[in-house]
Amino acid sequence: MTGIDNFLILALLGGIGVAVVAGPLGCFVVWRRMAYFGDSLAHSALLGVTLGFVLSINLTLGIAITCIGFAVIIVALQEQRRIATDTLLGILSHTALSCGLVVLSLMNHVRVDLLGYLFGDILAITPGDIAIIYSGGAGVLLVLAGIWRPLLALTVHEELARAEGVPALRTRLIFTLLLAVVIALSMKIVGILLITSLLIIPAATARRFARSPEGMALLSSIFGALAVSGGLLISLQWDTPSGPSVVVAAFALFLASLAFGGRRGGLAPPPAAG
Amino acid sequence: MKADAAPLIDAAGIVMAFGSRQVLNGVDLAVRSGEIVALIGPNGSGKSTLARILLGVLKPDAGIVTRRAGLRLGYVPQRLPLDTVLPITVGRLMSLTNRVDAGKMTEALTEVGATDLADATVSDLSGGELQRVLIARALLRDPDLLVLDEPTANVDFNGQISLYELIRRIRDRRGCGVLTISHDLHLVMSATDRVICLNAHICCEGRPEAVSRHPAYVALFGARAAENLAVYSHDHDHDHTLHGEVVPAAHDHAAEDSAETAENPPQP
Repeated sequence: MTGIDNFLILALLGGIGVAVVAGPLGCFVVWRRMAYFGDSLAHSALLGVTLGFVLSINLTLGIAITCIGFAVIIVALQEQRRIATDTLLGILSHTALSCGLVVLSLMNHVRVDLLGYLFGDILAITPGDIAIIYSGGAGVLLVLAGIWRPLLALTVHEELARAEGVPALRTRLIFTLLLAVVIALSMKIVGILLITSLLIIPAATARRFARSPEGMALLSSIFGALAVSGGLLISLQWDTPSGPSVVVAAFALFLASLAFGGRRGGLAPPPAAG
Repeated sequence: MKADAAPLIDAAGIVMAFGSRQVLNGVDLAVRSGEIVALIGPNGSGKSTLARILLGVLKPDAGIVTRRAGLRLGYVPQRLPLDTVLPITVGRLMSLTNRVDAGKMTEALTEVGATDLADATVSDLSGGELQRVLIARALLRDPDLLVLDEPTANVDFNGQISLYELIRRIRDRRGCGVLTISHDLHLVMSATDRVICLNAHICCEGRPEAVSRHPAYVALFGARAAENLAVYSHDHDHDHTLHGEVVPAAHDHAAEDSAETAENPPQP
């Protein structure tokens, strides 16, 4: 029993930590309509897993390195105006995912739980992961607080903010790096294919209750933590994969918010799907 | 209305291409204090690109933009793309890039006739209210030059006229330069000193009445547009028609404007 209890506690700790960090970043992903971007970044994470195996380094580190590299490439390529961004993302994202899968399948000497990477595996969470999630998460939140004001201005109207002297490229790059780190941190909880949903669904749920950007960020963290907790309980109870369980719980919360929520009259349009 | 000799902003020989598409091809444009300049052109004519270059948001492939030293620029964007997913109040929107004291904010909102909107949520505003708030936001910077991108795009016809009147009052009160970007000439006629007609290069330029008769304008917008304008600016007998109900007010202002600008040295 104590073994199960430990797993549960570790999983909850990790999941809630990730959800709290994902909340405010997810709000920006929703506001900036970057769902597809988040997806692409997450897909590149599998290449990071492969990198981790090939170089025999910590997988979270491998993922973080790959995602950050990928993020920098995308931001740089967005500056050019020849290929539309969504086309670019479509090319890079699926290429990264496929390269990761191909290389992993060639590495016969390592036994890889592919489903665990794609859909999350709470049983894989170790005390070391918790330490990484909390220290990395705290770092992400601190940096985000530092760029909050310029990032929000750029989100409301990029050209307006730039005309008023907000440094656009630097702020966008930092935000993208934060997103890459959060994806690396949350991979074990929800898996590569579903990370975007942890960013987006709690934020969309929070929209109806929020009157300020900061309020929406905070609520988004809370809804995310509730979704992760609910999802992990489902996962442990019925032995379902943790990622999809978390997403199902998050979606249930979103539906409940539609039914009960909102002193504001208008229904927020759904976030751009990716 | 004072017209300084040195322009507030002076763009010379601006060239810009996106991929293989030449968007701006050697464009010159200057705006002086106290002058309302309208940049008009069909969709895709490069007017928004030119505005972005003037704002310093885009770097042209060639050409030079000279700003008067210490120029304070107020930019009024066309709309806010994210207003429904991002909960934000008018007060917060106004202090987005600079902290602003509450008294100055109320003052600016009063100047545009939106005093009671400070606590409203931005997504609840109508198109006209949002434009007024965005103008107030730009006024907080005490601008020497106000740049408005399609200020009437999401506003009904009566609202459009009152917005242009507001822009004119702001110019009269503050003596700042104003550059508006618009896709047609109808409304800018009533409150504009100089019209620049753009389609990758400057097709024609001058007082609104002159531009509306210019062959390049007629070629760009079609004879029908020019005829409609002729009705708006010259026909006094049809003020009882459907259009006439609103138009005479606009026309009267156009007449006043002509009288005012006539005192100024002729524009190049």
